[in-house]
Amino acid sequence: MKIAVCVKQVPDAAAPRRLDPQTKRLDRSGEGVLNAFDVHAVEEALRLKEAAGGGEVLLVTMAPEGAQDTLRKALAMGADRALLISDEAAAGSDLVATSYALAKALEREEPDLVLFGQQASDSDGAVLWAAVADRLRLPTISQVAELSLAEGRVRGKRQTEFGYDVIEAPLPAVVAVSDAINEPRYPSLKGIMSAKSKPQELVSLTALGVEPDRAGDQGSRTEVYALGDPPARGDSQKISDDGSGAEQIVAFLVERRLV
Amino acid sequence: MLSKAAALADGAVAAAILGSGVRDLAARAGSFGARRVFVADDPRLEAPLPQPRVDVLAALVREHGVGTVLFGQSVLAADIAAGLSARLDAGLNWDLTDLRSEDGRLVGRRPALADSVYAEVGWRSEPRLAIVRSGTFEPSETGGEAEVTEVTPQFEDFSLAATMVEQAHEESGGPSIEDADVIVAGGRGLGGPENFTLVEELAKALGGAVGATRAVVDAGWYPYATQVGQTGKTVAPKLYVACGISGAIQHKVGMQSSSVIVAINKDPNAPIFEYSDLGVVGDLHEILPKLTELVRARKSG
Ligand SMILES: Cc1cc2nc3c(=O)[nH]c(=O)nc-3n(C[C@H](O)[C@H](O)[C@H](O)COP(=O)(O)OP(=O)(O)OC[C@H]3O[C@@H](n4cnc5c(N)ncnc54)[C@H](O)[C@@H]3O)c2cc1C
Ligand SMILES: Nc1ncnc2c1ncn2[C@@H]1O[C@H](COP(=O)(O)O)[C@@H](O)[C@H]1O
Repeated sequence: MKIAVCVKQVPDAAAPRRLDPQTKRLDRSGEGVLNAFDVHAVEEALRLKEAAGGGEVLLVTMAPEGAQDTLRKALAMGADRALLISDEAAAGSDLVATSYALAKALEREEPDLVLFGQQASDSDGAVLWAAVADRLRLPTISQVAELSLAEGRVRGKRQTEFGYDVIEAPLPAVVAVSDAINEPRYPSLKGIMSAKSKPQELVSLTALGVEPDRAGDQGSRTEVYALGDPPARGDSQKISDDGSGAEQIVAFLVERRLV
Repeated sequence: MLSKAAALADGAVAAAILGSGVRDLAARAGSFGARRVFVADDPRLEAPLPQPRVDVLAALVREHGVGTVLFGQSVLAADIAAGLSARLDAGLNWDLTDLRSEDGRLVGRRPALADSVYAEVGWRSEPRLAIVRSGTFEPSETGGEAEVTEVTPQFEDFSLAATMVEQAHEESGGPSIEDADVIVAGGRGLGGPENFTLVEELAKALGGAVGATRAVVDAGWYPYATQVGQTGKTVAPKLYVACGISGAIQHKVGMQSSSVIVAINKDPNAPIFEYSDLGVVGDLHEILPKLTELVRARKSG
């Protein structure tokens, strides 16, 4: 059983995020962290491997070289190795270009199951898996909150507007998991130590067979023309609770005639 | 959506209706501005699964040289749009809150980074794909008639590989949040289902209903009927109190029209503060019981 998990490095949400006015892209110069939603996908992959009594969990990402530090956290949880598509030419890739490069990497690896997180916290797209699945010509299930494998098939349960769906597909398949699927483990000390020596392979786009005009800016079909400020929302206040937070809320509600 | 598209494209708009037993909808599409309606009525399109729909739409776009495909936001629509994007190498812009024609090109507005920035986005080539945030455009019933074209779907093998095994509908009980004047909503910051009593008590004291985020509903802490947001309910009470809610965009779209928003969150950088009238950085376990006491005292005093 070989499971690939697509993970993304995102800017640390604790730091202020901004879009670069020049490139109109997200400023990724600050410290990166592993997208919290993807940690659930890594956890699920590890549980499936443990339940199967063997196999391999492979991380796949497209990011700058520095993402190796971020990948180490997932390796410390127990993933076996990482494949990092790292190439200057990949910068500025949109959905069309990103899905193409990831699909090329996954084609090379031929996993039995590809897992995604529910959304990237910086793009909030929640779309990538469907594009990758189409390129790989594989079935896909999204928003899965309960997952099981049996007899070469994957079964996922997900919440819907009316109740829930249970969807099944033969392997290999592409599945995006909800962050309610599990409680991710913390890496053990042993895990952290061994992560340092786990293999991280850096590949270029050319090595994966991605043509230059299908990557990065050139391979993208969307663009950002301009950035602006959202309309201001009246006068809003922010206070820190120093023990009188509840009183201050009541005073505010009284002033607005809400109590 | 149809009405907006009709206005943008000077009427050259077609609707695509995909499903099983959906023929009757075709007439409705005409009255909202579609000049043409493509109907794919097939039992294999009955379950709400994306991949067979990608097959049908890809064929339509190719055969009829469709320049732009618009989707209303939903989980199903996002999966279809992304699959179509890969199939046709077509650019996809999502979460749009506006769409307009400017010097002959189509420009979308996409709020980014928890709506703290507005980006004007576009496409470099056709077809252009867009997902529009729900409730963005007002429908206008013009009462036109559309020419209906039946299409015979051709499916890829892999598109039919995923199957719906079970679809359950759950009836919702409890007071509805849709008409409440006050909603006190809880998120994962509550720490566990047992702590929802903190939210329930405050809601009771304020005479309001209880709401929840998707994260806690998915985790089984609270019933789906209380979920506010993109895949839940859209509410607009006089007062919305968000407790332990980060304020993700999918939550925001369901409650941003509330008249007054109060947020309690221990993380000073939580996006919810960007659209709260009063934000309190603090621990809800400290604040909520006190707040409930104070409100009760005021009401009885
Ligand atoms: C396609 C799609 C559709 C979605 N639809 C919806 C939807 O309809 N509705 C919805 O809500 N979400 C939806 N989501 C999910 C959404 O993106 C967020 O994941 C979700 O809203 C987060 O819920 P939360 O705020 O409860 O949890 P979290 O994001 O985990 O936030 C918890 C917050 O609690 C705070 N906190 C923790 N402890 C305390 C404490 N002691 N005191 C005070 N604060 C504390 C933390 O600082 C944090 O900000 C959707 C996602 C996708 C991809
Ligand atoms: N650059 C990337 N490399 C690998 N996986 C990614 C990348 N970007 C997004 N993902 C995966 O796709 C999921 C959805 O991302 P998005 O559609 O951008 O919200 C994330 O949760 C990740 O699992």
